[in-house]
Amino acid sequence: MDRFSWSNGLLEINETLVIQQRGVRLYDGDDKAKLDVGVALLSTHRLIWRDVKNHECCIAMPLSQIIFFEEQAAGIGKRSVAKIVIHLYPVPANKEPGPYQHSKYPYIKLSFKEHGQIEFYRRLTEEMTQKRWESTSLSQPIPTGTSPQVGRKTHAVGIIGIERKIEQKRKETDKNISEAFEDLSKLMVKAKEMVELSRSIANKIKDKQGDITEDETIRFKSYLLSMGIADPVTRETHGSGTHYHLQLAKQLGDMLQAPLEERGGMMALTEVYCLVNRARGMELLSPEDLVNACKMFESLKLPLRLRVFDSGVMVVQLQSHSEEEMIASALDNVSDKGSLTAEEFAKLLGLSVLLSKERLLLAEKMGHLCRDDSVEGLRFYPNLF
Amino acid sequence: MHRRGVGAGAIAKKKLAEAKYKERGNVLAEDQIVQMSKQLETFKSNLEEFASKHKQEIRKNPQFRVQFQEMCATIGVDPLASGKGFWSEMLGVGDFYYELGVQIIEVCLALKHRNGGLITLDELHQRVLKGRGKYAQDVSQDDLVRAIKKLKVMGNGFGMIPVGGSYLVQSVPAELNMDHTVVLQLAEKKGYVTVSEIRDSLKWEKERACHVLDHLLKEGLAWLDSQAAGEAQYWLPALFSELISRDVTPEEANQMTP
Repeated sequence: MDRFSWSNGLLEINETLVIQQRGVRLYDGDDKAKLDVGVALLSTHRLIWRDVKNHECCIAMPLSQIIFFEEQAAGIGKRSVAKIVIHLYPVPANKEPGPYQHSKYPYIKLSFKEHGQIEFYRRLTEEMTQKRWESTSLSQPIPTGTSPQVGRKTHAVGIIGIERKIEQKRKETDKNISEAFEDLSKLMVKAKEMVELSRSIANKIKDKQGDITEDETIRFKSYLLSMGIADPVTRETHGSGTHYHLQLAKQLGDMLQAPLEERGGMMALTEVYCLVNRARGMELLSPEDLVNACKMFESLKLPLRLRVFDSGVMVVQLQSHSEEEMIASALDNVSDKGSLTAEEFAKLLGLSVLLSKERLLLAEKMGHLCRDDSVEGLRFYPNLF
Repeated sequence: MHRRGVGAGAIAKKKLAEAKYKERGNVLAEDQIVQMSKQLETFKSNLEEFASKHKQEIRKNPQFRVQFQEMCATIGVDPLASGKGFWSEMLGVGDFYYELGVQIIEVCLALKHRNGGLITLDELHQRVLKGRGKYAQDVSQDDLVRAIKKLKVMGNGFGMIPVGGSYLVQSVPAELNMDHTVVLQLAEKKGYVTVSEIRDSLKWEKERACHVLDHLLKEGLAWLDSQAAGEAQYWLPALFSELISRDVTPEEANQMTP
């Protein structure tokens, strides 16, 4: 552990983050380091570790310090955790101060309490193969050991050849990724211009500068939808939906009739989401699309309604299933059996537990049922008061 | 909303307003909307070009997705707002996250009888990966978190509770306040907690501890082991590690709750 130096944890200009993993505890040799559990970060140049609770406590070590490393599998039992053992070169003379002045061990361990060791080991292998720190130096001088070998026990010629091929592919992929990032940045600059333009338009609409027609406002909303820009101003006056959601609402009206009938006239919105998207296969609906479409049922005079219960649960229900009918039948069922829990009611009707609970709560709200709330569960009785 | 007036008077008035605007260097909103329409077309083709070169990157590379999402957030754009958005249509980001949303809902539903609607992000991650099969794209925990954030708009109480350096994902509308959360965090180390431990660590009175534990029992988030040596233990199935748990059927679960 005396190879680590204190660090601010910020990446340098040429340094890229490769992978990070929470839940890592450091070991000085076989002893637990006098540090808590933290986040281990692997960059192209260093191994960095930061305390989860105290972000100021951050240490780093150049990858060039690593001679080789190996996995240590977890033992049997809940407590045993997989580790990576890292063997290190001696401390260089010009090392910056760190948490340990001196250590009797030439190796450290990373203990992965929240798993992730497989991926971390893989990435560490890649970085140690590529040695990207040799080609791009950091702005601060980093003490390096002599050129280290990669951590492998056997060095047959075949393996070196394969390693070279992997390194080649990695370099290509790297190039692709950096190109992708560059192109993405350029794209984002253009997108930002669109956002600013739309904000300017929205402000003018709000301040009623200039004459905007209904059509123009609706068109503007569809532009916002395409770009994924939220706009509270037009939402106030025109709602969140667009033509797209109108069409969607009609499609849903057709599609959900049969499933709703089968399920007692009511489905949780998450159920609808899964049903519809599984059926579509591609060009899926976003959760917001679904909600916005369902909000239009009433204005389109479709026989469905979006309804929000007090608990926050959102459902789609058939208009034909009136409130009174549901409550009356709930009361019948409960009276019949003397009392019912949500689970029992669900089994009786073939409904989900969530929705059957909402029905019982509704009947209770209307004064037809009363509850017996104990540790054994929530049970409903007919209200005799 | 205004409608453009008709008639000579209205036209004259409008021309005056336009002139005044252009004088002050302000552009009318309707002109800007036309401008936006043109810019949108340009942007769309830029995005198409980007997609033709880099669409794979988004699908295959979780780190790239994180960067992409963060950049969008920085400029004020939500690429996941609608399946009809450009981002979704051309980059396919939408389908990736919306399908993930479906998988998350299904996993949570399948396990609800066992853990009451509370599951660690780790376990959710493992089960989603398992469900997707070996040849599916890599899904990171960041991806799950973003998909869950989107699911929240559909009601149903999807939420995330920070616990022990990671999160518990809640998928039922159970009322969980700060007291409940802090007890969950306490229980995270061993998978269970006792009244004494709560009193020692949190310095609460017995009533407060019992009240919170009763609520967790009622919501099906905790199971009571009254036969434990010493004191009764309140176990949280959501925190059971894979190693020591086995799958429980709904019938067995019913028999276990007190």
